[in-house]
Amino acid sequence: MELFSNQVLAGLATGAIYACMSLSIVMIYQAIDHLNFAQGEMAMASAFIAWQLIQWGLPYWVAFGLTIGLSFGAGFAIERSLFRPLADAPVLTHVAGFIALFAIVNSGAGMIWGFTIKEFPSPFGNGQFLGSELLSAHQAGMIGATALLLLSLYVFFEFTRVGLAMRAAVSNPESARLVGVNVSWMIGLGWALAAGIGAVAGMFIAPLVFLEPNMMGGILVYGFAGAVLGGLSSPLGAVLGGFMIGVFENLIGTYVPGAGNQLKLPIALFLIIAILRLRPQGLLGRAFVERV
Amino acid sequence: MSVLPDTSIARNDSTSSIGIRTILLRWSRPLALLVLVLLPLAASDFVTFQLTMLLVYAVALIALNVLTGFTGQFSLGQNAFFGIGGYSAVIVVEHFHLSYLLGIPVAGVIAAIAGILFAFPALRLKGVYLALATFALGTTIPQLLKLDYIEQWTGGVQGMMIEKPMTPLGLPLSQDAYLYYLTLTIALGIYILSVNLLHSKTGRAMLAIRENETAAAAMGVDVAYYKTIAFGLSAAFTGVSGALGAIVIQFVSPDAYTIQLAVAIFLGIVIGGVGWLPGTIVGAAFIVFVPNVAESISKGLSGAVFGVLILLVIFVFPRGAQQVCDRLLGVEHKKD
Amino acid sequence: MTALLEVNDLRAQYGAVRVLHGMSFALNEGDVTALLGSNGAGKTTTLRAICNSVSHTGDMVFDGIALRGKSTEAIVKLGIAHVPQGRGTFTKLTVEENLQLGAMVRRNRPDIVSDMDRMYGYFPKLKERRTQQAGTLSGGEQQMLAVARALMLRPRLMLLDEPSFGLAPLIVQSLFDILRKINVEERVTVLVVEQNANLALQISSRAYVVETGCIVLSGNASEIASNEAIRKSYLGC
Ligand SMILES: Nc1ncnc2c1ncn2[C@@H]1O[C@H](COP(=O)(O)OP(=O)(O)OP(=O)(O)O)[C@@H](O)[C@H]1O
Ligand SMILES: [Mg+2]
Repeated sequence: MELFSNQVLAGLATGAIYACMSLSIVMIYQAIDHLNFAQGEMAMASAFIAWQLIQWGLPYWVAFGLTIGLSFGAGFAIERSLFRPLADAPVLTHVAGFIALFAIVNSGAGMIWGFTIKEFPSPFGNGQFLGSELLSAHQAGMIGATALLLLSLYVFFEFTRVGLAMRAAVSNPESARLVGVNVSWMIGLGWALAAGIGAVAGMFIAPLVFLEPNMMGGILVYGFAGAVLGGLSSPLGAVLGGFMIGVFENLIGTYVPGAGNQLKLPIALFLIIAILRLRPQGLLGRAFVERV
Repeated sequence: MSVLPDTSIARNDSTSSIGIRTILLRWSRPLALLVLVLLPLAASDFVTFQLTMLLVYAVALIALNVLTGFTGQFSLGQNAFFGIGGYSAVIVVEHFHLSYLLGIPVAGVIAAIAGILFAFPALRLKGVYLALATFALGTTIPQLLKLDYIEQWTGGVQGMMIEKPMTPLGLPLSQDAYLYYLTLTIALGIYILSVNLLHSKTGRAMLAIRENETAAAAMGVDVAYYKTIAFGLSAAFTGVSGALGAIVIQFVSPDAYTIQLAVAIFLGIVIGGVGWLPGTIVGAAFIVFVPNVAESISKGLSGAVFGVLILLVIFVFPRGAQQVCDRLLGVEHKKD
Repeated sequence: MTALLEVNDLRAQYGAVRVLHGMSFALNEGDVTALLGSNGAGKTTTLRAICNSVSHTGDMVFDGIALRGKSTEAIVKLGIAHVPQGRGTFTKLTVEENLQLGAMVRRNRPDIVSDMDRMYGYFPKLKERRTQQAGTLSGGEQQMLAVARALMLRPRLMLLDEPSFGLAPLIVQSLFDILRKINVEERVTVLVVEQNANLALQISSRAYVVETGCIVLSGNASEIASNEAIRKSYLGC
């Protein structure tokens, strides 16, 4: 039993990474109705920016805040310059655009900062969480931060005018315009928010996996899996989904003989397809009300 | 009786007024074929090898076009079927000591089975969800190929080698040239098959699904059935191209079939023009040559150059090579 | 009476397709005006042009302010509420959120809250369903929601596109009763597009008949309603 609870705890710790990622995926999906395949790379680039700021001597939290701000602006700028003109293009073109963005950010980061791995500091220190063997202080802090992030997003979307306007713009852009919502700004804002959340994810993930241009590769898939599991229309679902994937992955590794690391990714694949099939809207997502 | 001459005069008129364009349009296919047949005679072995790879990717692009261009379904996981095809062929040749000529169709069949097995649960997924499921498949496949349980068949992380086939029947061709013509023959076969498919009842059903799935279903098109066919066929063609690729490169390994390959194949059809089969040659050329070009422009930034090129294409020519070709020939694009 | 909205030589097109060919009309403050015409005449396009959601030329003056070059959002802020054809429900949001969105450009919270209560007074059904996802409402309920959403703007002018579409006759009657009441109580000027000409003429004081993008007839609603010849040739009833 102790092994079990320990593994669950360890799973939650990795799950926090996925949860952060899932959350930013869902955010952008909400804003633009597309899955951003470059989301992981944007988060990676944000982590590099933070790293650079810290190298220049800024205190951690200043760098943290500044990075979020910069990423926010960059997300907005990317939407304005690259994706705004593609607004009416077919989905295929969008996906190509995301891939282009992926390639550019990935290789740009490699060019600027190199491919050698770098240590990224944790704001929560390097110790263990309350003497626990499985959970480091950083992982515990990360779980807390994810929860906090989620809470603020919830408040933003449910209780603020701008949050409501953003949801309206996604739900029915035409109508949103007719009640006075500036839909095009809302889409830009969605990108900005997603980039900001991605920045938080990147900065919390980097201490765990080391900072390098390819650090997000596998994580993105798990992030997608978490987002799908929880429901692409539900930020809370996405976060829960991310945690569940982490726990699940750990339990499989522990209890399925011989599974080890090899079967983790196939299992994520299986999960994605099974969930999409059984409950396309995810665990907490709202079903589409589709009118023909 | 008097009607016939009239029409022929009219036709003559239009020929002379459009002139070279019409000739280009009419003779483009035979011309292209001639070029493809003659090319290796003038090329070094290495260039022949590259051209063969170009044809291999062209087949993979035709395959994705059957799925995306004809039927409107996404796939970011074509590397899976490509890899399954490659491994199947190598296993047939190396483990069962059978001819690679048998390995190629076997690869197609096994990939088709894999495609249908995957399509079965994924069938009901639409748009972005399907893209996601295939993306997950594409990311997973290298892991699956590495699994310890099947290492004795797959060679694990190392992968497997395969010998270059000898030129048969005493043909006066180098091994590379022989492989080129073999690939060209298969590629042409699949091309013709796909063109015919498009104009068949099945093809029309696929197009109906692409235009509007709900409406197609309402018209009595068995959507699930035709999507499965599209998946199966696409996987089979991709498997064949994967088998050819493995034989040409003489090597398979999990790292040769990462998601990057799927991305390349996806971009290939965007650049060639979605649903436009002649564009597959252009798309394939992009896959084979552009990474080198990007590399030569800037070593460290080749990824970025690649990305910028894609952006240029989708901004300037959203319909890819098809649009360039139409513009050159002054053809108005009609929406079908 | 002064005109709240004056439209002069309005022309509109979708891409290369010209749809409106120089329409001129005026809406008197406080009136209900009907815009009638057969399918494809250009009624919806006219309303869309007023809100600048289709490319157009021509002068439109709302309460002394030229609408030319103003964005849809800016026009909404002037107090023009548009209930689009097909209701424009925010299907994924709740009924209450739909109403809040109607008041998006207003700032005064207590006012908005009290307006919401007033809407629930007009449409008690909506109050029962306030936390329900709006896409799950029936067609009639969604139409009521659309009208209520528009009213949440406290508009000076309300543009209604086929409010009776798809509703049972009894519901239509009660909806039009409410519209008349709103027109009087809220002093909202109304421009209503309707297939159901009789009904529209009942609550309107003026009417315009549109045919292929031109106004072919205008006059007092009661005169048009009582003129057999006009009704036969233009309104088909
Ligand atoms: N988005 C569009 N693109 C191209 N043409 C359009 C578009 N919307 C409308 N039209 C055309 O404009 C003309 C006028 O359309 P409009 O919707 O204004 O008609 P309407 O009077 O509202 O008809 P109805 O009573 O059927 O709603 C029609 O011929 C229609 O085909
Ligand atoms: Mg209309």
